[in-house]
Amino acid sequence: MTVRTAELLMAIMMGAFSIYLMVKSTELPIGWIDEEGPGGGTWPFWLATIMLISCGGILFNWFLKKGPIATSNKVYIEKHVLGDVAAVAGSLIVTVGLFSFIGIYGALPLFIIFYVRFLGKHSWVLTTILAFAIPVVIFYFFEITLKIILPKGITEPLFLPLYKIFL
Amino acid sequence: MFEILGLLGQGFLVVFEPQNLLLIVGGCTLGLFIGAMPGLGSVNGVAILLPLTFLVPPTGAIIFLAAIYYGAMYGGAISSIMLGIPGASTAVATTFDGRPLAKQGMADKALIGAAVASFVGGSISVVLFTFFAPPLAHVALVFGAPEEFALMMLAFATFVGLGGDDIFKTLFSICIGLVLSAVGFDIISGEPRLVLWDITGFLHGVNFLVLAIGIYGIGEMLWTVEEHALGGGKSMLSEATVSVARTLAALRELVKTWKATVMGSFLGYFVGILPAAGATPGSLMAYGIAKQISKEPEKFGEGAIEGVCAPEAANNAASTGSMLPMLTLGIPGSPTTAILLGGMVIWGLEPGPRLFVDHSEFVWGLIASLYAANLFTLLINIAFIPVFIKVLKTPFTILAPVIFILCLIGGYAPTQDMHDVWLMIVFGIVGYLMRKLDYPLAPAVLAIVLGPLAEPAMRQSLIISEGSFMIFFERVYAGPIMIAALILLFLPLFKKVYDRIRKPQPQAE
Repeated sequence: MTVRTAELLMAIMMGAFSIYLMVKSTELPIGWIDEEGPGGGTWPFWLATIMLISCGGILFNWFLKKGPIATSNKVYIEKHVLGDVAAVAGSLIVTVGLFSFIGIYGALPLFIIFYVRFLGKHSWVLTTILAFAIPVVIFYFFEITLKIILPKGITEPLFLPLYKIFL
Repeated sequence: MFEILGLLGQGFLVVFEPQNLLLIVGGCTLGLFIGAMPGLGSVNGVAILLPLTFLVPPTGAIIFLAAIYYGAMYGGAISSIMLGIPGASTAVATTFDGRPLAKQGMADKALIGAAVASFVGGSISVVLFTFFAPPLAHVALVFGAPEEFALMMLAFATFVGLGGDDIFKTLFSICIGLVLSAVGFDIISGEPRLVLWDITGFLHGVNFLVLAIGIYGIGEMLWTVEEHALGGGKSMLSEATVSVARTLAALRELVKTWKATVMGSFLGYFVGILPAAGATPGSLMAYGIAKQISKEPEKFGEGAIEGVCAPEAANNAASTGSMLPMLTLGIPGSPTTAILLGGMVIWGLEPGPRLFVDHSEFVWGLIASLYAANLFTLLINIAFIPVFIKVLKTPFTILAPVIFILCLIGGYAPTQDMHDVWLMIVFGIVGYLMRKLDYPLAPAVLAIVLGPLAEPAMRQSLIISEGSFMIFFERVYAGPIMIAALILLFLPLFKKVYDRIRKPQPQAE
């Protein structure tokens, strides 16, 4: 896909999102209400309208072939880059997905192993140290010091003794 | 005058509390580290680390974040000089002469020049700040809802008029930020509003940190993955010999750069006050002017030390400058201060001129901390140059997972809702894809912070005027501000028309 095609698709998608926002805004009154001023939907409605007009402007420039993006025939995301970015973004999505099941302390070591060992090609020794040390630091800092309880999924019961000691 | 000095003295008492001193030193060191990492700048550091500050009281929190801001401005120069890759966009101009100097084996001279110029830039701007801020805040005390709204319009208009990006994309970015800030509940009627796709997670709104960390954490890291490629990022580190004798010699040579440094400081400060301009254009402008006023302009680009000093003075001065409108008017002067402002709201402080009256300890503590941070950063920087150079050798594939993990937890911490973490990932990926198409994203972050302040300001104004928009033009302060905003908004259009009229003439001749 070229940058020019990506520009078109993005403008259409954002235009559609703007229309959705406009429609959604009308769930609240968008006109003037006596003694209350503008209705609750007014502000987002008109902002979404400007968004739609902006997308129209971007499309207009696209058709006229104006600007460096609208005329660029370069590849939008190069193949070798796409692999790297997809691997990183994909591993993030999987990690967040796992938060709710095996908990943050199950998911983070997996993420670290994947990133450091398989993407970074570092030694197993370093990978193991990081996969163990980072979650421990996070537990100490966030759960004990800041008292922010992080999602644990099915590993929750394992932490009950620790809560008893620290919280 | 004496009153200001008295208040500043009180501020120093706050700063010298052991906890706050520790926060400054820690913040400066972290900031230097973040700034030195290629691709990460002050805004990324502040966005990713803001959730950590829930631990300390607001004054300590902002002192810590301001120290990071400051440190990152210093630190950006380190990778610009040593790697030839700007540590942050604000340090782009530093590569022009810093890199050639390093290649000639004078990396230490460039690093010390950058550190000292940053110190001078920081000091001049902090003094300007100390004496400008209170009168400005005093004037702003009479501002009502219409003036506040006009000021915010001015902030947004600077992005359109001076930002230099595609106008439609800038407008889109501003509006999407404002709409996202409207998600949740209507503040006046109390009814649920814009609960997108009826997902209940949107009921508590879109936290500005979710967008900020999404864009400046996740999105930025994806961008860095692309730029450096995973296996790549091979060290192109220059050699630097550091010794006391060489340092002293370098310091002596810096005396002749005073003109460039002082010019950069003033320029950076005033450019930094404008929301759309800030440190990056400030430092580029300072570089250009330093070249013009230099006796040996031909040396620029080949390793002129003035070419390092001027932009470094400017970017540090700009970071202080951008805090002026944030503290006095409640309008951030840069994306980083936008995040600081959002933080202030989380900590329960209402940004705006009343801060100087209601939370004088907070404001003056922050101002005094800027003095202290400036000094500490200089000392830490010069003392630990060899350490920071070592840090640059840390492979990206070890740092990246750590930063990603901080982002994920940072997105979760404020609301403790997984919905926000997912949303942050969506923002990060979409933001990355949009950035590749040159959509400016800083306006969106500024807008999501200002949105919850802008909407009530507009609605209250319209209630006062019974629906007439003339209220924004008729009042003493609001009128000129609004007109300035409109001029800036239409500036690109005027330019186009002007170019059209001008261009055909030479052809006709």
